[in-house]
Amino acid sequence: MPVARFWRDIPSRYNLYGSRCGSCGKIYFPTRHICPECRRSSIGRMESYRLSGKGKVYSYSVVHEAPPQLAVLKPYVVAIVEMDEGVRVTGQLVDVDAEKIDIGMRVEAVLRKIGDEGPSGVIHYGFKFAPVPD
Amino acid sequence: MMMREVAVIGIGITKFGELWDYSFRQIGIQAGLEAVYDANLSGSEIDAMYVGNMSSGRFIDQHHVGALIADYSGMASNHIPSTRIEAAGASGSLALHQGVMAVASGTHDIVVVGGAEKMTDVSEEASNFILNSAADQQWESLMGATFASLHAMIACRYIREGYATREQIAQVAVKNHLHGSLNPKAQFQKPIRLETVLRASMVAEPLTMFDCSPISDGAAAVVLCPMEMAHEYTDKPIKVLGIGQASDTLALYQRDDICTFPATKVAAQKAYEMAGLEPRDIDVVEVNDDYTISELLALEDLGFYQRGEAGKAVEFGETEIGGSLPVNTSGGLKARGNPIGATGVAQIVEIVTQLRGDAERRQVKEAEIGMAHNVGGTGSTVAVTILGVA
Ligand SMILES: [Zn+2]
Repeated sequence: MPVARFWRDIPSRYNLYGSRCGSCGKIYFPTRHICPECRRSSIGRMESYRLSGKGKVYSYSVVHEAPPQLAVLKPYVVAIVEMDEGVRVTGQLVDVDAEKIDIGMRVEAVLRKIGDEGPSGVIHYGFKFAPVPD
Repeated sequence: MMMREVAVIGIGITKFGELWDYSFRQIGIQAGLEAVYDANLSGSEIDAMYVGNMSSGRFIDQHHVGALIADYSGMASNHIPSTRIEAAGASGSLALHQGVMAVASGTHDIVVVGGAEKMTDVSEEASNFILNSAADQQWESLMGATFASLHAMIACRYIREGYATREQIAQVAVKNHLHGSLNPKAQFQKPIRLETVLRASMVAEPLTMFDCSPISDGAAAVVLCPMEMAHEYTDKPIKVLGIGQASDTLALYQRDDICTFPATKVAAQKAYEMAGLEPRDIDVVEVNDDYTISELLALEDLGFYQRGEAGKAVEFGETEIGGSLPVNTSGGLKARGNPIGATGVAQIVEIVTQLRGDAERRQVKEAEIGMAHNVGGTGSTVAVTILGVA
């Protein structure tokens, strides 16, 4: 992926910055400039909001067929995680035995390599999720 | 505003599958010509064309396929307007709806709507990578979600909620392959067993290779005209009774509930209202089974079954030809094949074939009203069309 396209999203990718509507208080990830609930009255009132990074698995799948740039990870786990703030996020689940994953499992965001621009190119970092002990 | 009634007067479709010896322009023209001949047109009567196509730019490095198809159909010297429409898997249906609106409004009289995709010129890996771009590239695909794994997460949650068993989901593939075995244009024409689906190589758990629609080449086309002119061209015009289109969040994770596609409900409601019909009035339906799980969501969201009932209906044979609601008599995306931009138009070809009574071994008895349901992405664009015997 082009470096500039990645660079623009770094606050969201490294630190889970999303948006909070200054009108109704609803939280979104990633950044939105218009609240779908409030529309016009939210314009100019969307605030940057950092998610805690903690949440639970809403659904998941073990991926066996992946595009070339993710092939070395196969099989890997992708999940929709429901953050404690109520908003959901898609990411990979790491440091876990696939057999032990279940809906409702507690996880937290960890910073990992998520891709690169080839052997001598830029490495992209971003969040994945790892289980947290109860 | 006074709108004209619209009829389908011609249909054409290529064989679906890995058509290595045919180019994009060849399949597009083959389907188009068949539809034009079927409508008893010479070609010079055509006022406009709409072409559904998802990603010719990435599959064959060719954009601007509206002009391309018009040109190689011999229309360049007529200078007719020709427009390409893109909405991932729903491209074909949106092209159809544009054509219907153009005729209904009185802008055009004779409109050809085509859908085409040439997917096998690139490797299977590359093809899947292109398909992933129907999801949110930045916040799903880049995070490792494949298109199959998004549907696998729907299936995972759907099973957990107790709406269907894994076996009931897999039964959708068995049923659609059975129907495909009766369709000479289908990519797969051999029945399969439930064990084959369950034991096939894993794509994204719990979905195996046999839960996923294939990569396909293919094209389909229909000819539209005002109902009042239809009998000049055909003895069996099929009327467009209702159309509906709706959108939703691009990314699946942004929905409150992933076991339903709200855009399907909204698009269906619009189509039912326009037609003055209800789910129980539909005799035959083509739904968007890009994955087996998608067919169960569709049957519930279109109002045919209560939530948690579609899996049982498939298991008990209600959705087979001969059952109370035959679903995907063509074999669906699963067995007929899924050349993305062609799929929505291919569904219309199947419904028209059924309503004309020309479906031979897969004919649904006394089919008078049919529906097509076409989805782009994970329910991000949905188009529903209701057709009836005129
Ligand atoms: Zn708001």
